[in-house]
Amino acid sequence: MVGIVGYGTHIPRSRIKVEEIAKVWGADAAAFKKGLNLNEKSVPAPDEDCATLSVNAARNAVKRAGIDPQDIGAVYVGSESHPYAVKPTGTIVSEALGACPYVHTADLEFACKAGTEGMYIALNLVKAGEMPYALAIGADTSQGAPGDALEYSAAAGAAAFIVGAEDLAAELVDTHCYMTDTPDFWRREHAHYPQHGGRFTGQPAYEKHVFGATNAILEKTNMKPEDFDYCIFHQPNGKFPVNAAKKLGFTEAQYKYGLLSPTLGNTYSGSSPMGLAATLDEAKPGELILLVSYGSGSGSDAFIFRATERLLEIRDKAPRVRKQLDEHKIYIEYGAYAKFRRKILKAD
Amino acid sequence: MKVPRHWRETPQRYRMEAGKCSKCGSIQFPGRVICPDCGATEMETVKLSGKGELASYTVIRVAPTGFTDLAPYAVGVVQLEEGMRVMGQVVDCDPDNLKIGDRLTTQFRRINEEGKTGMILYGFKFVPDLGL
Amino acid sequence: MKEVAVIGIGMIDWGELWEKSLRTIAVEAALKCFADAGVDKVDTITIGCMSGGLFNNQEHLGSIVPDYLGQRFVPATRVESACASGGLAVRSAFLEVASGMAEYALAIGVEKMTDVDGGEATFALATAADQDYEAFHGITFPGLYAMMANAHMFKYGTTLEQLAQPSVKNHFNGSMNPHAQYPFKVSLEQVMNSTKVADPLRLLHCSPITDGAAAVLLAPVEKAKEMNKPYVVITGVGHASDTIALAQRQDLYSLKAVEVAAQRALKMSGKTIKDVDFAEVHDCFSIAELMVMEAIGVVEPGQSGAAVMNGLTALDGDFPINPSGGLKSKGHPVGATGVAQVCEAVSQLRGESGKRQVKNAKTALTQNMGGSGASSVVHILEARS
Repeated sequence: MVGIVGYGTHIPRSRIKVEEIAKVWGADAAAFKKGLNLNEKSVPAPDEDCATLSVNAARNAVKRAGIDPQDIGAVYVGSESHPYAVKPTGTIVSEALGACPYVHTADLEFACKAGTEGMYIALNLVKAGEMPYALAIGADTSQGAPGDALEYSAAAGAAAFIVGAEDLAAELVDTHCYMTDTPDFWRREHAHYPQHGGRFTGQPAYEKHVFGATNAILEKTNMKPEDFDYCIFHQPNGKFPVNAAKKLGFTEAQYKYGLLSPTLGNTYSGSSPMGLAATLDEAKPGELILLVSYGSGSGSDAFIFRATERLLEIRDKAPRVRKQLDEHKIYIEYGAYAKFRRKILKAD
Repeated sequence: MKVPRHWRETPQRYRMEAGKCSKCGSIQFPGRVICPDCGATEMETVKLSGKGELASYTVIRVAPTGFTDLAPYAVGVVQLEEGMRVMGQVVDCDPDNLKIGDRLTTQFRRINEEGKTGMILYGFKFVPDLGL
Repeated sequence: MKEVAVIGIGMIDWGELWEKSLRTIAVEAALKCFADAGVDKVDTITIGCMSGGLFNNQEHLGSIVPDYLGQRFVPATRVESACASGGLAVRSAFLEVASGMAEYALAIGVEKMTDVDGGEATFALATAADQDYEAFHGITFPGLYAMMANAHMFKYGTTLEQLAQPSVKNHFNGSMNPHAQYPFKVSLEQVMNSTKVADPLRLLHCSPITDGAAAVLLAPVEKAKEMNKPYVVITGVGHASDTIALAQRQDLYSLKAVEVAAQRALKMSGKTIKDVDFAEVHDCFSIAELMVMEAIGVVEPGQSGAAVMNGLTALDGDFPINPSGGLKSKGHPVGATGVAQVCEAVSQLRGESGKRQVKNAKTALTQNMGGSGASSVVHILEARS
């Protein structure tokens, strides 16, 4: 049996409200709030990037796991905002954690599902007996072009999971993947901001893959939506995951703990993994959790976890997601946001 | 090309590794060859907690090259739990409301970068200890 | 050890000297010194300069200065101890004469700081701090002294008014110094409302960026006696170092290297601070002057703020400090400062300081400091006739 032995998250403290962004572009804030269930989003401080978010989340995961970082055999960082185009984020993270030098590392990219990709690889490496522990991180300082619909949701955050084969806080029940070549969202090399297919990102992209992975894993495990205590679907906004859950036959009681996007935004590679972390903050031993990510391009990874007694022991060794999300927020205006996110053209 | 100069400080900046004198037990950050307290030369590496109290601070309004976009920002000398003082930026705070004695902890942050295309420098910064 | 006299001083007008180069200002100060001493050949030259490399891309001052000063083949050495480079140059020249190695030893302090922009100058100055563990974090020199100021205020209750007063006093003195870069008076309100630089320090708490040079010529006392005019003897020299990083000092509100250097200089001269009539000290920031007052023993620790408000250190006070206007008003071309302090002390001890003359000045102390107090050089000078 393999599963999660420790998890941790990091959310930057700054927030910007949807109204503040809408004000700048003459857009209708109410439409975003109601239509997409988005109220505010996290904004990385100017000194935060994918590597720093990853390290701070992973340190919380190490605290919960209570392991020696030297025993971590692999570090995978999934992100679409790696600080270097060439030079791994994973080496920075491994070095900062003290996991070097006997460690395998790779930077993963698959739009918003790069985080669960790392989890998939990490779980299978441990399952194969290659190493006692592997670390998978989903982290992003998400990009959204100024004025684009994505600007209202593109947020920053990270979730890190240490997987192992003993002392599990959550056991892995099963996994399933679903993937096709569907160009609904992309960012070309050297481009600052991603482009997307507008409404095409909905039914033929998000829904098709999320539903495909969900139905496949339910069929594979011979389970039904009502068998689960919790579900987390990738949350590019507050609307998509709720609609997906309802269409698939899940209820609010199942998705409410993992639904962070209304006040967090979309942390891209961190999105559904952070939802899983928030769910682990609440789950009781024996409860079942369904996690389904989505990455544009497109694909979904589905996981089923079962919480164990140990989850109760490790939970409070690091801050809970809701504490990071709801407490000590610093609201900023668009000017500071534009400066932090380097959207202001400066002299060289 | 300042890469080697920064790279060799990685253990101190990324993990706050310090030197502990095997004879008298005093801890130095950064580690040293000779213990300034007893003169011994046998040192072991220890990792600092990064937690401590603000011993003094300033708010930089006129910043040096490379830091101007961060101004105003606070820099503090922090008395760590292990007994020694360490300098670092204090972020995620209202610099105008910092006080000597404030409880701080560390996070991993981007410290500077060598222009738009050069090396990114990482290290520790202090933040208020809010249990986040 | 031979007794060493200052037989010549040379100061030029300090400021933003756009038309003059590093070598030019060094030579001009030296020539004034030669004229004052009536000497045109020396045995050795010591040049105090913090960073010809970063300010002017010019190292090897030990060649360029004697070359352009008409002293080709004279042995010349450039010494560096950050902002204490000038004081160190005087000390090095002193050692040459005291040891008998040289008869005429010229010490020149020079810094040409305006060849780079403000950001680069700030960077160059920050190399006097611990690059890897202080400057790396974005600290500046005003920032380092600001941290000491906050620590001093926290420890002793030093007030913002007290912190501002040295600037007011020094500008008053500097308004009477024809060589000063900013020879005008400022009010307490002006200082306290000036632009914030590094809290609690504001622009008028800080010494400026300056181009400048100064020179002194040292010789055995017998040579001075031959000149048949009042002369000045260096009776004490003290030099000390401390940790480069502020965080590692024994505390953040005192300057131990200054205290040690002052004790050494006073001991060598057989005097106590009570025997000293006035001092030129390193007020790179107003807090530095307050902390130096405590370190050299003018007042007890924590008493400097009250003392400066009470006029103790004013030109007509019991212990005048920085009659020249100090670094604040006169300017702070870093490598030149320590030499210029000795020039001022000699000028005062000879009674040649005009409107800013300290009355009955017989014994002077000069205190020069590098970094955030990581090195300091102190001289005791006495008038002879």
